[in-house]
Amino acid sequence: MMEWLSDYGSFLSSRQGDILIALREHIYISALSIILGAIVAIPVGIWLGGSRIGWLNSIIFTIANVLQTIPSLALLAILIPLLGIGRTPAVFALFLYSIMPIMRNTYSGFKAVDPNIIEAARGMGYSRLQRLLRVQLPLSFPYIMSGLRVTTVYIISWATLATLIGAGGLGQLIFSGMGVNKTELIVTGAILAVLLALAADFLLGLAEKWVTAKTRSAPASGTV
Amino acid sequence: MIRFENVKKTYDDGFEALKMINLEIKEGELTVLIGPSGCGKSTLMKHINRLNNPTSGKIYIRDKDISSIDPVELRRSIGYVIQNVGLFPHMNIAKNVAVVPKLLKWDKEVTTSKVDELLSMVNLDPDVYRNRYPSELSGGQQQRIGVIRALAADPDVILLDEPFSALDPISREQLQDELIRLQQELKKTIVFVTHDMDEAIKIADTIVLMKAGEVVQTGSPEHILRHPANEFVTSFIGKKHLTNDTLDPGMIVDDVMSVNPVTASPERGMAAAIQFMERHRVDSLIIVGKKRELLGYVSIFNVLQGYRHEDSRLADIMKPFVHVVESGSSVALALTLMNEHGLPYVPVVRDGQLVGLVTRGSVVRHMAEMYNPDDMSLEELTAEAEKLKEEAPLEPAEADQEGGGRT
Repeated sequence: MMEWLSDYGSFLSSRQGDILIALREHIYISALSIILGAIVAIPVGIWLGGSRIGWLNSIIFTIANVLQTIPSLALLAILIPLLGIGRTPAVFALFLYSIMPIMRNTYSGFKAVDPNIIEAARGMGYSRLQRLLRVQLPLSFPYIMSGLRVTTVYIISWATLATLIGAGGLGQLIFSGMGVNKTELIVTGAILAVLLALAADFLLGLAEKWVTAKTRSAPASGTV
Repeated sequence: MIRFENVKKTYDDGFEALKMINLEIKEGELTVLIGPSGCGKSTLMKHINRLNNPTSGKIYIRDKDISSIDPVELRRSIGYVIQNVGLFPHMNIAKNVAVVPKLLKWDKEVTTSKVDELLSMVNLDPDVYRNRYPSELSGGQQQRIGVIRALAADPDVILLDEPFSALDPISREQLQDELIRLQQELKKTIVFVTHDMDEAIKIADTIVLMKAGEVVQTGSPEHILRHPANEFVTSFIGKKHLTNDTLDPGMIVDDVMSVNPVTASPERGMAAAIQFMERHRVDSLIIVGKKRELLGYVSIFNVLQGYRHEDSRLADIMKPFVHVVESGSSVALALTLMNEHGLPYVPVVRDGQLVGLVTRGSVVRHMAEMYNPDDMSLEELTAEAEKLKEEAPLEPAEADQEGGGRT
């Protein structure tokens, strides 16, 4: 065991450069997909939460649900003729996957705001934008954050597949490990992906607390 | 101050929520809009701050047509309190109260001192409550915050939409009293929606009674009580508020009797009876059978005499009533009986069953509800109350009565 560990240590130091590059690529791909997903999904979720057009809601949620169910491998393959190979199609695929959970949570968060509170806000003279920014958004913030955190965790894990269309990342280590039958590579890729997901979730948790404290937007009895 | 002219509101589905409302709400008065649910009282009130807009007709505040005012601006100039409080759970109390001043971009220090002043006004210590969150307050406290939040920017007009109806009876009473006190100090134009006639009578300067989207009657509580415009008003006011019948010689015992006398079963022992009397603060018990048939009564003296025998029951010592009145008899009969025979009370029966008890207390209480006390001087009223107290009332005090009285 000790022997294996020391072998593993020397392996790590010899491949340090490759590992760091893979990690950086992985972070880049995941972060970009999630940010793009948030930029699209949060406003759409907010808009759907406030709209009374029932059929539109169901259409949009159906589309997002369908996207969600396409096997990731198949989606990546489909994107090759459209966007070629490399990072772009990978980010695009992961972006599509991130939309649904973020949008769903944002929508639920807005729906969960007590209509009495909105009525009170309206009656006291908040404009529509002020209502959104000062009342609805702070109250649904915990929901939105939980959507972001869930999404982040699984986008990081799915991003390992991106290597299949040449986007690099930690998947690279795993797949080349499989190719040359080198367990150390596979283990390193997998462990790093797990650690990255945990770290991202932790950081987002911290960010949530910080924003909450900053805006004092936490209900005294926590929501969600 | 606020004037509705030919206001109609028809919803998309054709429902006529308001039909031709013409109404003037006077400055500095507390006007109560009242009616059964669905009568349009809330809808009407929400027209004032343009949460609803009329299908046709005009609404004026100080002779200014409010359809020409930007709704957001208008609402900031009008206080608004809703039934379910609607405090913002993510803001502390100070921020909640300061919502409208902040929207109006008041100076921070002015706002802070205003918040403290308002908190003190409803007897909530600013140092204690300023930084608390709504969820840490009781329902009554939350609604106090709701009310002072509406007062924060010194609006001339305040709208309250069934503000106290979700509260327990004690908090509701307190808040009504506080509202009356605040109103005496502030003299705002208040529009208050409720479905509770007791509340309306207690707080209103003017009552506007509505039914099915129309105003049925407008007037002071006194006026409406004395001169109900029609059957609907009469039934809505409820029997016990009707002053017209007060001096009617045809008034019957059912109107004045207390319906919750303290009764006991004949199977009870002495110790139980004593404890029961103690709990309900009475000096005698009416004995009734399983079907509430009137059997007799025991006084505390009978019970104490019988106390030595451990196996004696109330049935052994109770005395039958010599004088009872049938339900539907005139009050005069009951009062004459009480006077002639020096009785502290007379039971009211229907088919041999006890339905209530006429006592001096119940008669006086009834009269106090009915009479215009202006006819009596304060001295007389006080003297009357003192006399009553000495005569150890048969039924429990009002608050105890809720708990039962039957065995």
